[in-house]
Amino acid sequence: MTAILGRKLGMTRIFDDEGASIAVTVIEAGPCVVLDARTPERDGYAAMRVAFEPVPERKVNRPMKGVFARLKTATHRVIRELPLPEGGAQPGQVITVEGFVPGQVVDVTGTSIGRGFTGAMKRHGFSGQRDSHGVSLMHRAIGSIGSSDIARVFPGKRMAGRHGNKRVTVRRLRVVRVDPKNNLLLLRGATPGVRGALLMVRSA
Amino acid sequence: MDKLKMVEAGQVKKKVTAFTPGDTVRVHIRVIEGGRQRVQAFEGTVISRRGAGVNESFTVRRISHGIGVERVFPVHSPRVEKIDVVRRGKVRRAKLYFLRGRVGKETRIKERR
Repeated sequence: MTAILGRKLGMTRIFDDEGASIAVTVIEAGPCVVLDARTPERDGYAAMRVAFEPVPERKVNRPMKGVFARLKTATHRVIRELPLPEGGAQPGQVITVEGFVPGQVVDVTGTSIGRGFTGAMKRHGFSGQRDSHGVSLMHRAIGSIGSSDIARVFPGKRMAGRHGNKRVTVRRLRVVRVDPKNNLLLLRGATPGVRGALLMVRSA
Repeated sequence: MDKLKMVEAGQVKKKVTAFTPGDTVRVHIRVIEGGRQRVQAFEGTVISRRGAGVNESFTVRRISHGIGVERVFPVHSPRVEKIDVVRRGKVRRAKLYFLRGRVGKETRIKERR
């Protein structure tokens, strides 16, 4: 399991060796500094705590400064837990995109684009009702939400509401290119979130 | 965003023949057939050119065996080997979609000198 944090830069296209156009998401990933490890003995599970995106010291609060000072590393904006790689991780170790190889399959986790309060058609793919044949003011309505026999609405009934802005994982994306010089990762296909969104990339 | 542009810059062709909608062009396309490669030409009128950077593409229209055929090519695709301008056309709009409804004499475009 290799894992890294990154920012989604956006999407573009790449022409492969055969000249075919591939839609890719460009992710600026790493370098991430390992802060410490979570061990099964102490914490009940294995993981590593990782810092990403250097930031001026004044942007970090005092407790966090202590964490970075102890490791003698620069202050970072983001701290997340990532799955532990096979070989384990030492505090102070730096994780870069070099842990990934072109052709590898990865899962990407991030926060999907927030869509605000949306109707059931967009949110759940409902069909809505007819545009004509006597339908009045109900074209995009969900219709019945239950029977009169039970006389209540079941919990979890799919209705209009907040859509997006949720943690989403896109699985099995192929690594098209790794650029260690610029810390870039090019994945075939789309990843969750807006441009600039924080993403977690890990081997599938 | 700069790094995204850098990725794109690596994909863009250094030199692209200048052509505009209205021009008649011959596009040399690399076709791969069962492991073999050859170059095929497609000649017709450019009726549209859209997008920018790596995403730029153009549409070529021709009448083939009495049937209108349009092909869209990405300008920077390595499969588009070469673009020859056969004739420069004088047109007053960027998209020549009106040609689709026309046949024969109606599709003539004035030459630019």
